[in-house]
Amino acid sequence: MIQMKNVYKKYPNGIVALNGMNVEIKQGEFVYIVGPSGAGKSTFIKMMYREESPTSGQMLVNGVDLAKIKRKNVPLLRRQIGVVFQDFKLLPRLNVYENVAFALEVIEEKPEAIRKRVLEVLDLVGLKHKARMFPRELSGGEQQRISVARSIVNTPKVVIADEPTGNLDPETSWDIMNLFERINASGTTILMATHNREIVNTMRHRVIAIEGGLIARDEVGGDYGYEG
Amino acid sequence: MKARTLTRHFRESLKSLGRNGWMTFASVSAVTVTLLLVGVFVLIMMNLNKVADDLENDVEIKSFVSLEADEEVISEMETAIKGISGVESVVYSTKEDELSDLVMDFGNEFRLFEQNNPLRDVFYVKATEPQQTENVATELSALEGVEKVEYGEGKIEKLFTFLNTGRNVGLVLILALLFTAMFLISNTIRITIVARRHEIEIMKLVGATNWFVRIPFILEGMWLGLLGSILPIGLIVALYYNVTEFLGPKLRGEMIQLLDFEPFIYQVSALILLMGVFIGIWGSFMSIRKFLRV
Repeated sequence: MIQMKNVYKKYPNGIVALNGMNVEIKQGEFVYIVGPSGAGKSTFIKMMYREESPTSGQMLVNGVDLAKIKRKNVPLLRRQIGVVFQDFKLLPRLNVYENVAFALEVIEEKPEAIRKRVLEVLDLVGLKHKARMFPRELSGGEQQRISVARSIVNTPKVVIADEPTGNLDPETSWDIMNLFERINASGTTILMATHNREIVNTMRHRVIAIEGGLIARDEVGGDYGYEG
Repeated sequence: MKARTLTRHFRESLKSLGRNGWMTFASVSAVTVTLLLVGVFVLIMMNLNKVADDLENDVEIKSFVSLEADEEVISEMETAIKGISGVESVVYSTKEDELSDLVMDFGNEFRLFEQNNPLRDVFYVKATEPQQTENVATELSALEGVEKVEYGEGKIEKLFTFLNTGRNVGLVLILALLFTAMFLISNTIRITIVARRHEIEIMKLVGATNWFVRIPFILEGMWLGLLGSILPIGLIVALYYNVTEFLGPKLRGEMIQLLDFEPFIYQVSALILLMGVFIGIWGSFMSIRKFLRV
């Protein structure tokens, strides 16, 4: 479902972030992306939802080549994947309910259907009782759970997470990870960039290590592999 | 776009107005002050323009009838004058009328002349366009029975040039003020949008199309313009109502008149409202553009 062939990315400032990358990720997989800072992890992740586009090469997500996608079709792509960010990226002026509902309003879903589905995912992340609160009134862990709820509300095939536990304390990190496990168990592909050695070594999944813009290691059930 | 999405956009724009609290207040105040300035200025300039028109239209040609002319010649003259192209109106005044005007203006001493009236019969002629006065006057002086023609030669040309310069200066000032107002208002709106650029980015990352992001912002700009024009319109209507009530009776019968309260005040109100709404929409549209490239 995600396939990269010879993907190459050079930024305008001359830095080469990805240097001919080849990778294939199948539907339903849970993949950790690890590697030192500046190795190309973030670029790799950002390409999945087209915040960055490849300089050359082929990059298929759900059969669509992101290297060739038209600007006006980018929103359509983003509706098929859920994204969780390190800094949550919740809309500060919308309350919890509205933040999650936004992803469904964008696809012009019926109001009754939105209501039903939003309450369902808020229940899943255990924050239904805080639906009327605003992001600033919630803890970091709670905000991230809302962000996860938003990413899965329109039942995407793949959820992409860029260091989702980066701003959280260990305990809440585990809560978030348990959520991802449950989402993955329902058949959703999870792609997660992380620096968290403990998580990678405990919840064993496929690990892709990126170094110098290339895949240095790719093993199912692998460990974090870097000195923490 | 589905109808329910448009409803959603309307709802969101109103909600955002409320949740932005101080930002909304600041923008509406800026719009209010600017539009009030524009409104007052437009009132003044349009009335000065009216005064200029009145002054110009007051110019008339006084053509003295020679003593030899009998009644027949005088009635022929009247037809001839009416036949001159560019003549709007002709008023005939006998020398007795002229004298009684003098007595009215300067006092009873002038009654001395009643036995032996030295004045002439006069045709007061007005040109359709003030600028044609000179041409009409030349044609008049060529007519049989016309002794001489007076219309303030030299003076009225100066007056016309002066009034025209005044009008042009007024026009430039109004345009400059409108331009400044547009700049001020759209800049205020820009600031509120710049403060919210991260929201725009997030919306785009969650899969919103450009129009889905844009429309609520544009509607919000429209509300800001609308809210900001209420107070200026109210104040300007009240102000002009009082000015016309106070000055109107004093100017009755004078050659200079203010513009009537109706429909002028509706035109100015419409101008203010349209400006507010248009600049609100335009300002939002322009400011949001560069943040949509995510």
